[in-house]
Amino acid sequence: MKQDSFIYYTLHLADNALILGHRNSEWCGHGPVLEQDIAITNISLDLIGQARNFYQYAAKLMNKQNAPSPNGKEVGGEFTEDKLAYLRDVREFKNCLLAEQPNGDWAQTILRQFFFSTYQFYLYRQLQESHPDEQLAAIAAKSLKEVTYHLRWSSEWVIRLGDGTEESRKRMLNALENLWPYTGELFVPAAYETDRMDLKNIKEQWAQKVKDIFSEATLPYPAEGWMHTGGKTGMHTEQLGFILAELQFMQRAYPNSEW
Amino acid sequence: MSRTEEHTTVSAETKKIEMILEQVHDPEVPVLSVMDLGIVRDIKWNNDELEVIITPTYSGCPAMDVISLSIKMTLLSHGYKKIKITQVLSPAWTTDWMSEEGKRKLAAYGIAPPNPKQQVCNDKLFAPDEAVQCPHCHSYHTHRVSEFGSTACKALYQCDDCKEPFDYFKCH
Ligand SMILES: [Zn+2]
Repeated sequence: MKQDSFIYYTLHLADNALILGHRNSEWCGHGPVLEQDIAITNISLDLIGQARNFYQYAAKLMNKQNAPSPNGKEVGGEFTEDKLAYLRDVREFKNCLLAEQPNGDWAQTILRQFFFSTYQFYLYRQLQESHPDEQLAAIAAKSLKEVTYHLRWSSEWVIRLGDGTEESRKRMLNALENLWPYTGELFVPAAYETDRMDLKNIKEQWAQKVKDIFSEATLPYPAEGWMHTGGKTGMHTEQLGFILAELQFMQRAYPNSEW
Repeated sequence: MSRTEEHTTVSAETKKIEMILEQVHDPEVPVLSVMDLGIVRDIKWNNDELEVIITPTYSGCPAMDVISLSIKMTLLSHGYKKIKITQVLSPAWTTDWMSEEGKRKLAAYGIAPPNPKQQVCNDKLFAPDEAVQCPHCHSYHTHRVSEFGSTACKALYQCDDCKEPFDYFKCH
């Protein structure tokens, strides 16, 4: 059981990175200017790379213990990173709801990235420093270097837009209203997280960072308020179904196809 | 064979393999070999099996699978039979591991090599641009266009003197 919970946790980290990476990749060819199109798709690539590392590790752990699929459904044959990404159903995905929220406009994509990168930054730092599992700590250490870039880039954009023109500020405030109710879930531990991570500590650091950047961006830091939860245990918004339909279509329609 | 003799033979053999790996290039920056990049972390013998341990530059580096395969193919073509390529993530790769020779090759190829001192690998905002030398006219009078470039490992710069845009192999 303890091992199952560790596998769930690894899948949770993988799903977060994959789903946000996929969302960002939807900007490919649609960015506001070429340089920023390249920036957001670079961030996508980093996230999908992180997801691959976590999935590969989860697959290895699952094969080692002859695990059934995390929710009891048989996938058939050995687990691989591809099977975990392409053949699990919505309810088996454990990503936070924030990651699956739609891109909206540039302001909403930026704010989602900023909230998420801040979270990943402190999370990976904790994983790197204090997680007893060597491989998770190694993936975190590797990813942290990339997330540092993401955090700086998204922070600068939050300030630029929040403290920018009337229009950019209006869009930032709108994004804030849309996304804020999805930030609380990041710090509500799922069963597989409780004995593993100090989310209280991450929450404090996250809130401080967001307050600092918001004050430079002249954006209001909202009250805590009611928050959506459920993503970490497979209860998703309608958004994830659409993402998976696009992400998984090829493997489902043409099993084992390669390109 | 005495211990010292054995040691000499092993390191001579390792040297030979390193020379062979000089011929394996990064498909995205073909002027650099895997040795120049510093991604070969160890070369080991497990009885008759040769193990090459490599580490990715970035988590999402799409070149890693191709690189693993070309290392294997190259070693096979040099007569090595049992070859294992292992990828490790820790310690994480840094641009400090790039060889001086690699940096020279990069500059000659038109890509500004990473600065020796890491200046922007922190979360400070709106940091002044790093002084990056233009690989074309060697001016330091350049500015950053975007810190994300054509591949994960590069940032985009432009020279204010010769006006040429160029890639900078960013510090990591
Ligand atoms: Zn120049």
